[in-house]
Amino acid sequence: MSSELRYTANTQLEHLHARYTGTGHADLSKYEWMTHQHRDTLSSIVGHPSLTSYLSIADGEATGRIRFEMTERMLQPCGPPPAKDDD
Amino acid sequence: MSAPNSPRLVDSFSVPKDVLREFEEMAEEENIDPFAETASKRQIAARQSDYHNRRFNRLANESADAFLEKEDSQSTEGGYKEAMRLQRLEKEEQRVRRAIEEKEKRERGDDEEKMDLDRTPPAAELEAAEKVLAAAQTQETKRKRRWDVAEPAEKEKPSGEWSQEALESSAPKKRRSRWDATPADVADTPKRSRWDQTPSAAGQDAPMVPIIMNAPGIMMEDKHNRYLSDEELDAVLPATGYAIVAPPPGYAPLIAPRKLMATPITDVGGFHIQDGTDAAAAAAAAAGLAPELPTEIPGVGNLAFFKPEDAQYFAKILKEEDETELSVEEMKERKIMRLLLKIKNGTPSVRKTALRQITDKARDFGAGPLFDKILPLLMERTLEDQERHLLVKVIDRVLYKLDDLVRPYVHKILVVIEPLLIDEDYYARVEGREIISNLSKAAGLAHMISTMRPDIDHADEYVRNTTARAFSVVASALGIPSLLPFLKAVCRSKKSWQARHTGIRIVQQIAIMMGCAVLPHLRNLVDCIAHGLSDEQQKVRTMTALGLAALAEAAAPYGIESFDNVLKPLWLGIRLHRGKGLAAFLKAIGFIIPLMDPEYASYYTKEVTVILIREFQTSDEEMKKIVLKVVKQCAATEGVTAAYIKQDILPDFFKSFWVRRMALDRRNYKQVVETTVELAQKAGASEIIGRIVNELKDEAEPYRKMVMETITKVIASLGASDIDEKLEVRLVDGIIYSFQEQTTEDQVMLDGFGTVVNALGIRVKPYLTQIVSTILWRLNNKSAKVRQQAADLTTRLAVVIKQCGEDQLLSKLGLVLFEQLGEEYPDTLGSIIAAEGAIANVVGMTQMNPPVKDLLPRMTPILRNRHEKVQEASINLIGRIADRGAEFVPAREWMRICFELLDLLKAHKKGIRRAAVNSFGYIAKSLGPQDVLSVLLTNLRVQERQSRVCSTVAIAIVAETCGPFTCIPAILNEYRTAELNVRTGCLKALSFVFEYVGPQSAYYVDSVVTMLEDALTDRDLVHRQTASTIVKHLALGVAGLGCEDSMMHLMNLVWPNCFETSPHVIGAVMEAIEAMRVTLGPGILLSYVLQGLFHPARKVREVYWRVYNALYLGAADSLVPFFPDISELSEGKNVYDRHPLRMFV
Repeated sequence: MSSELRYTANTQLEHLHARYTGTGHADLSKYEWMTHQHRDTLSSIVGHPSLTSYLSIADGEATGRIRFEMTERMLQPCGPPPAKDDD
Repeated sequence: MSAPNSPRLVDSFSVPKDVLREFEEMAEEENIDPFAETASKRQIAARQSDYHNRRFNRLANESADAFLEKEDSQSTEGGYKEAMRLQRLEKEEQRVRRAIEEKEKRERGDDEEKMDLDRTPPAAELEAAEKVLAAAQTQETKRKRRWDVAEPAEKEKPSGEWSQEALESSAPKKRRSRWDATPADVADTPKRSRWDQTPSAAGQDAPMVPIIMNAPGIMMEDKHNRYLSDEELDAVLPATGYAIVAPPPGYAPLIAPRKLMATPITDVGGFHIQDGTDAAAAAAAAAGLAPELPTEIPGVGNLAFFKPEDAQYFAKILKEEDETELSVEEMKERKIMRLLLKIKNGTPSVRKTALRQITDKARDFGAGPLFDKILPLLMERTLEDQERHLLVKVIDRVLYKLDDLVRPYVHKILVVIEPLLIDEDYYARVEGREIISNLSKAAGLAHMISTMRPDIDHADEYVRNTTARAFSVVASALGIPSLLPFLKAVCRSKKSWQARHTGIRIVQQIAIMMGCAVLPHLRNLVDCIAHGLSDEQQKVRTMTALGLAALAEAAAPYGIESFDNVLKPLWLGIRLHRGKGLAAFLKAIGFIIPLMDPEYASYYTKEVTVILIREFQTSDEEMKKIVLKVVKQCAATEGVTAAYIKQDILPDFFKSFWVRRMALDRRNYKQVVETTVELAQKAGASEIIGRIVNELKDEAEPYRKMVMETITKVIASLGASDIDEKLEVRLVDGIIYSFQEQTTEDQVMLDGFGTVVNALGIRVKPYLTQIVSTILWRLNNKSAKVRQQAADLTTRLAVVIKQCGEDQLLSKLGLVLFEQLGEEYPDTLGSIIAAEGAIANVVGMTQMNPPVKDLLPRMTPILRNRHEKVQEASINLIGRIADRGAEFVPAREWMRICFELLDLLKAHKKGIRRAAVNSFGYIAKSLGPQDVLSVLLTNLRVQERQSRVCSTVAIAIVAETCGPFTCIPAILNEYRTAELNVRTGCLKALSFVFEYVGPQSAYYVDSVVTMLEDALTDRDLVHRQTASTIVKHLALGVAGLGCEDSMMHLMNLVWPNCFETSPHVIGAVMEAIEAMRVTLGPGILLSYVLQGLFHPARKVREVYWRVYNALYLGAADSLVPFFPDISELSEGKNVYDRHPLRMFV
């Protein structure tokens, strides 16, 4: 029973988690995690109209422009990935 | 004492005869092997039919690997050419043998006639008889020679018109399609590179290599029927009083024993040539001369079992040898044998490692040595299912490793595996398919075809049958398209009808096996076999029709356009054929009609109906079944109208099929019922029922049953609305009659009665008095079965009787059933209680007669009955009373029942346990929870887990029905008991309570917090686990109800448990944490998680990330504002500021 559970429920849960974007694991780097956070933030702004219009007022831009900019920024929101160490 | 003139008493007394007999039996029993009977049942060969056992007659040959580079011509010995030659030889031999047998039979017939006339046969006839014997003997030697390895068989063939040469020279040397060209003709063609041509064996006649099949009769000499030796006789018989008599002069024993036994195996074509000492040892072991079978074999270790038959296969490893003297090959052989023995006879763990070893080393061992050992084992007559399964598994694994090395052994493997395809055991068939499919993937299509080609027109039908099935597996493994050209060629073979027959059968098997997967290739497959409908050979035509039937069945409901070409020949065919052929054609038509458009279906049905009606009168059982099936299929199609069925089909149908005789055969019976029900769907219920209702009073009971079943099914699907008054009278009358007249109590009659009466509903009122009096009479019958059936009928009729307003009938029934509660047969008692329950259900507790207050005390002792049916029926009745009419029964009685109910919590059946648990709730509701609760809490102390678990559920149900405030204090109090089981039970009960009461738990959070503190900090894992479950239910219940402070407190207690590794515990903890996300919000949870996401220890990180992921997936969007600001960690191009969040107006 116990081994069965160990091999089904928990590992299954982890596999299930791993299938979604934005989830992490023990070896996630700071850059990757921050990228996810930024994308979540941006999509949250795009997804909540009230937030978008708040930003557009603050920025003095059209909401459409804001939405466009946020979407654009989702590509490498924290800049290019840092060079990999060789080890 | 005895009178003077009475007969004289016996002067000596001896042991009574029956005692003597008993001793005799005991003495006999000592020699009986108690396993003998089951062992023979386990043996596959002993169980199977003669047809299945024809596999032992098969001969396999080496199939050459056409792809192999031919460095030396030796490597391709055997092969296609050999196979074809061999196969022709065998065919010829069979023919000759048959001719001889026929001749013998004829002559014997003549002889017998003469014998009858004259007792002493004249010398001439004696001579003739001698000749017959001589002929039989030469035939015998001829067969031997075929098995013999050394000489090429042609030499012994008499040169005559049947000889090989004559056949070949007489065969026309014209061009043929390549596939069926016999190698004899093409042998002299110079250079070939094509795969499908025979590999050149350089003209030399390589000796064919027969394997290995077990000739019957090897194992005859077993322990039980061998002769007793003189020593044994001396031991058995007393020393004095017996003399050894010299055999009469001229006596010769029928069988010369002993001597033959020393060299039995090789002589008959056994699988390996044993050197003298081994052979003697093995034969001795097989004959049971060795005192006992070894349980431990050098280099193998302990085995689970060892059969005498194994000794001959594993003789070489049974004794210690000096391994330094053995060659590498011999070492290898012994290694394989050890592994196989371990796999076949070892314990599971031994088997597992051996299997792995043999798989890993498969390529080192090589295909030859491996299969030379495995295949003979599989052909052993005493093989059992388990052994076969294991050996097949070995082949499967080895096959995978060997890959194309397997080619030379394809035919040998096929000979052994093909029989699995027609095994009656489903799993054996699946295994067989698996192997053949892997084999064809390993060997490739070309090689499979060239190997199996000779068997396609084999003389033995068994071989052709299994080959066809194997081919269909190959088709499904490698795809139908790749096999199509070959199939086309085979189905058009001009050379032998057997080839065409097999080809068509392959298509049939493909359809059966692959189902709707044939659709893309349907037209090709149909075209492939279509011409077979006009074949000159009857068997081919029949098989073609069967193939089309299979294709149509597989394709349904699509693909009618593919059958265009065959419609005409099929419909013409039914006018031309009789008997079996016609049956097959009709079958094909039956499957094709449902694919058609309505108007075509109608037209074609009309065409076929004439023939069907003619065949209604057939006396052939098989034909009857097919005709019925076709009628059913036609009636189900849309285009066939009700009027047509009523007019043209029904009269003849009923005349020929609704006769008593049909009820006697089970399969006919079923088929007739099904077809009639199908016809009723079109023709209407009253039409059909009107025709058969009178037969309910038929004198033959099986026939009445058949009528009843049909009526039941018709009414169940169509209802009774179109049954008019006159028919209704006849119907009810018939049903009552047949119910009363039944001699064997049957579910059919009961179902029929119930279904009809329920369908008629209120219309049955006039007959109710009669029906109920029947029931009452039968309730007092002396047969328990009859009483049970009457009670069951009451259960079914209760609702209708109430509908008809016949309350006094119900109360009468209730009273009679009440009196019957003393019933001793548990099955009957169960039915009676169920009937009483059904009446109580429809009447209601207040009107119930007998009154509930009398009924319930009567039920209390019955609850102790251990029979499942009784338990279930009584708990249902009691639960119902507790639910609806608890106030009619004194509280003391209910308490008594409570104690009895505790026993029911141990029941195996879940339904009973659930009903019992629910009853606690009802009882608590009417009595107040205190007493019930104390009973349940005390029950937490019992040993049995299931009983405790059920008690906790019951406590929770009581809490739900009576309000948590009545239970929680008691539970908390009970928790203070210093007993593990009780505390866990309390926790569990609380967990269920909070699960059931949901948001109400907000009122009780503060009361349980201290207890949870204690539980969550307990050393015991289970405590923490159950407490976590409570926290989960609590947190989910109180979400949004303002209990955040105490939840936060509990969260702090739960959180440290996140490092638990025991699966149940960690599961419960994770769920509790998830529930906290709902109550506390993701932000707070995130602050917990952030501390460990980048912890230096991987173990910590892994756990924290798992929690993070769950959190993220549950509330990704709401996490955005809570993510920490780590802009100061920006480096170089990577800027981690989330600028948009910094904006403000």
